[in-house]
Amino acid sequence: MRHTGQEQQKSKSLWQKLHIDLPLLIGILALMTLGVFVVYSAGGQEIGMVYSHGKRVVVALIVMMIVAQIPPLSYRKWAVPVFIIGLLLLVAVLLFGHVGKGAQRWIDVGFTKFQPSEIMKLIVPIMIAWYISQSNLPVKLSNVIIAFILVLMPTLLIAKQPDLGTSLLIASSGIFVIFLAGASWKLIAVCTGLVSAFIPILWMYLMKPYQKQRVETLFNPEQDPLGSGYHIIQSKIAIGSGGLEGKGWLHGTQSQLEFLPERHTDFIFAVFSEEFGLFGVTILLAVYLAVIMRGLWIAAHAQHAFTKLLAGSITLTFFVYVFVNIGMVSGLLPVVGVPLPLVSYGGTSMVTLMAGFGMLMAISTHRRFHV
Amino acid sequence: MAPRRVVIRNHTAEANLFARRTFITLCGVIVLLLLLLVNIYNLQVSSYEKYQTRSNSNRIKLLPVAPNRGLIYDRNGVLLADNKPIYSLEIIPEDVEDIKATVKAVSELLSISEDRQTKFFKAMKRKRRFKPIDLHSRLSDQQVALFSVNQHKFTGVFVNARLKRYYPFGDLTTHNLGYVARINRKDANKLELEGKADNYAATYAIGKLGIERYYEDVLHGTIGHQEVEINNQGRVIRTLDYTPPQAGKDLTLTLDIELQMIAKRALSGKRGAIVAMDPRSGEVLAMYSNPSYDGNLFVHGISTKNYSKLLKSKDLPLINRSLQGYPPASTVKPFLALTGLEENIITPETRVWDPGFFQLPGLPNKYRDWKPWGHGWVTLTDAIEHSCNVYFYKLALELGITKISTMMERFGFGDYTGIDLHEESDGIMPSIAWKRARYNKPWYTGETLSVGIGQSYWTVTPLQLAQALTTLVNHGERKIPHLLKSTTEITKDEQGIAHDINTDVIYEEKAPIELSQKKHWDTVLKAMHNTVQKFGATGYNAFKGTTYDAAGKSGSAQVASIKQDEEYDAESTSENKRDNAMFIAFAPYKNPEIVVAVAIENVAKGGGGSNAGPVARQIMDQYFGNRVINAQSTTLQKANNKNAVASINHTGHSHSVSLMTIEQSAQRQQENN
Repeated sequence: MRHTGQEQQKSKSLWQKLHIDLPLLIGILALMTLGVFVVYSAGGQEIGMVYSHGKRVVVALIVMMIVAQIPPLSYRKWAVPVFIIGLLLLVAVLLFGHVGKGAQRWIDVGFTKFQPSEIMKLIVPIMIAWYISQSNLPVKLSNVIIAFILVLMPTLLIAKQPDLGTSLLIASSGIFVIFLAGASWKLIAVCTGLVSAFIPILWMYLMKPYQKQRVETLFNPEQDPLGSGYHIIQSKIAIGSGGLEGKGWLHGTQSQLEFLPERHTDFIFAVFSEEFGLFGVTILLAVYLAVIMRGLWIAAHAQHAFTKLLAGSITLTFFVYVFVNIGMVSGLLPVVGVPLPLVSYGGTSMVTLMAGFGMLMAISTHRRFHV
Repeated sequence: MAPRRVVIRNHTAEANLFARRTFITLCGVIVLLLLLLVNIYNLQVSSYEKYQTRSNSNRIKLLPVAPNRGLIYDRNGVLLADNKPIYSLEIIPEDVEDIKATVKAVSELLSISEDRQTKFFKAMKRKRRFKPIDLHSRLSDQQVALFSVNQHKFTGVFVNARLKRYYPFGDLTTHNLGYVARINRKDANKLELEGKADNYAATYAIGKLGIERYYEDVLHGTIGHQEVEINNQGRVIRTLDYTPPQAGKDLTLTLDIELQMIAKRALSGKRGAIVAMDPRSGEVLAMYSNPSYDGNLFVHGISTKNYSKLLKSKDLPLINRSLQGYPPASTVKPFLALTGLEENIITPETRVWDPGFFQLPGLPNKYRDWKPWGHGWVTLTDAIEHSCNVYFYKLALELGITKISTMMERFGFGDYTGIDLHEESDGIMPSIAWKRARYNKPWYTGETLSVGIGQSYWTVTPLQLAQALTTLVNHGERKIPHLLKSTTEITKDEQGIAHDINTDVIYEEKAPIELSQKKHWDTVLKAMHNTVQKFGATGYNAFKGTTYDAAGKSGSAQVASIKQDEEYDAESTSENKRDNAMFIAFAPYKNPEIVVAVAIENVAKGGGGSNAGPVARQIMDQYFGNRVINAQSTTLQKANNKNAVASINHTGHSHSVSLMTIEQSAQRQQENN
């Protein structure tokens, strides 16, 4: 192992010195560039919106670069204390948080407001990967149970805000670590069974009426076409009317005439589909797949269990973003607030995502630190 | 902190396990991405048309454009029903920066009342976005001009022109033309039921009465559409397509507005009706019912006060008396005489002794003649000339009710004439069956006697009388009275030049009355000629000295029953129980061109000959006088429709005589209203 590392060090390119994984960067920049164009169209062709979007893109890229410089194995030292601070912040949000859009997500720290749940998207996979990589793989049942509990705590706290989208992303990031760590198939089967059994309980006792309505709307959006069904109906009309080739950039009537709600944020995929058609969608999905495959390649080639698990989790969480967003916009999944990663207009989530990609790049390029 | 144990890690095994798991997840990722792609394929390819349609129906709206209603002219091309522009001041609040200040400034400029401003702000609260609201619904020309000059100062404020029906002759034509008024719920339901609702999407008013109602479908036209693109708030972004509406057809009526005016003048101060018809065609030349009312009141929505005034007036102005039943009295004697001749009950030479009354054999009741001391020996001609009742009591008795009613029904009594108006009533032609059905009682012989002088249950409309007289003068040929002469459709050819297509309306005739002997017609018509021409006959005074050769028959209908041995004295009888005066006339005696029927209610003194006869004469004087002037008249084109908005390319109808007089009196009517 050390041998290989030395060999690689010898042939270190400029990109490696900068701790940049070039294929991954190309994929990310492709998505971001696309995002700028679609945001321009979706935002009513206002150049001001493109500027502010561009600014966030630049900030996110800088964050990625900075994170990429940190040797990934050093995260382990910080995993536990940061995780505990994160949990405390989530509790604080519930107690004193700032209410925005009907949910408590923000905490005011004097000069700015920030969302602890965003940071948890990174801390949870680190924490679980660290915990599981402590022992041999495949992971043992007792460890799985503890890991589950560790995942469940932030998930429930965030679901309580309520922020279903983020809690879903965080839960999946943790579960992916457990899966990749080789949890036995028997265990996976039992858990799947338990979750299925839990769904009716969730439906009857735990879900809020508006959440239930979102699910009902999914199955029958025409029931309330001007109310709860409006988003999904208009979104499907936008996608469907795009056809094979799309209506052309800036010519989507659903988006340009403002029939489509949230068109520059969560529903930006509908704008893209309307204007670029099935051809555009296929290319977009191909780019996403390329980024995911590169992420999994990095994970497979990482030299430590911790980095393998972390890289895998980050990549798969990115996939969950893509799947949940496109699934909800095209009417496969209920509407939960998840943006289309690297394309949607929006600050915090993009910065968190890019920090994640920074970690991936770090894992890909820092290879001399071994245990 | 996790336990620090010394573990021997099998890195290769772990890497292999991880690689396997990664591969599995990659497969999962690909499967799920394909699932997304399949779903989007379904939306964008399989259901493309559905979503394409829905996307278009989201953004494309069809704005209906109302067609211009067809205009109505009299037989000489004088405009009777016009479309006049009215101007409203409208504001789209979303287009105005400071709505309060703007409303205030505009109101100051055009002196719009506080009231209207308050109304405007109220309306603003409950309207849809980007819909204009009226600040003033009927601007004067002055206000329009004033605003046009200052328009640049008020963005979002504009003047909108709409066409509204206008009847320049006011109450003169209301009973014929009827009027249009706002489409109410009942009309809307009916249109829905008939599948016409789409065609009326932009239409404000609908024909409620008269010609406007009867020819609604012809006058209305076909709706046009403006196809526009809108955004999610309903704001119009641009026009995509425009299908112009097809204007309704213009109608030319058989009415002669000058004759109509004479009819009004002749009836002024009286309650009654006049119908003048051309017996050669069934064209109604004049049809006027007095008192009348102004149909324009209804176009703008009549006020409750005005409406209840019309409803409660004891002169019943809302009723078209030309189409209402009156006892025909002696006017039907010529028809009864004809029946007697045809049934061989009498001959022209048959003589009857009239002592002043008639008695049924063995009964004490006396059926009186209008002349207390009787007419002495009378023949058929004498009986018609002097309207001898006893002659007709005897004739009726010998004919019996069944023969009478059968023949009278052939003349159209007791049935609709078929005129192109929905307001017609059918009157009553009594018969045994009719009485059984109506009162469930047997027929009494005494009633037959009353029928013999046009009384009892018998009622006829002035229009029925005119129609029956038409049949009589035509020797049995039956015409359907009608008001519509021709329709004019404006079409555009390939060069966009408008052309009029004039279509004369063809009316069918009813089955003619065939008599066994043709001379019976002449016998009766001759008697009617005598009635007017012979000194001392009932119609002589009324038609003394005419330049044309007229014939006619008078009638005085008893409204209240008079007891045995009681004398009727008009002056001592309360107004509404006084006799009705009736008259029918035609001219010239040879080859008649005009028939006239007159009914006047509750005359103070005298009978049909002295009250209704002169009225009939005035119509005829005008009619025949008219022709003399007509020969040297100047041709006037489009005189009355100068300000018609609908660009109608009329071939000039030649129009006779004193148009100035018509315009002046039309104006006078407006002032009076």
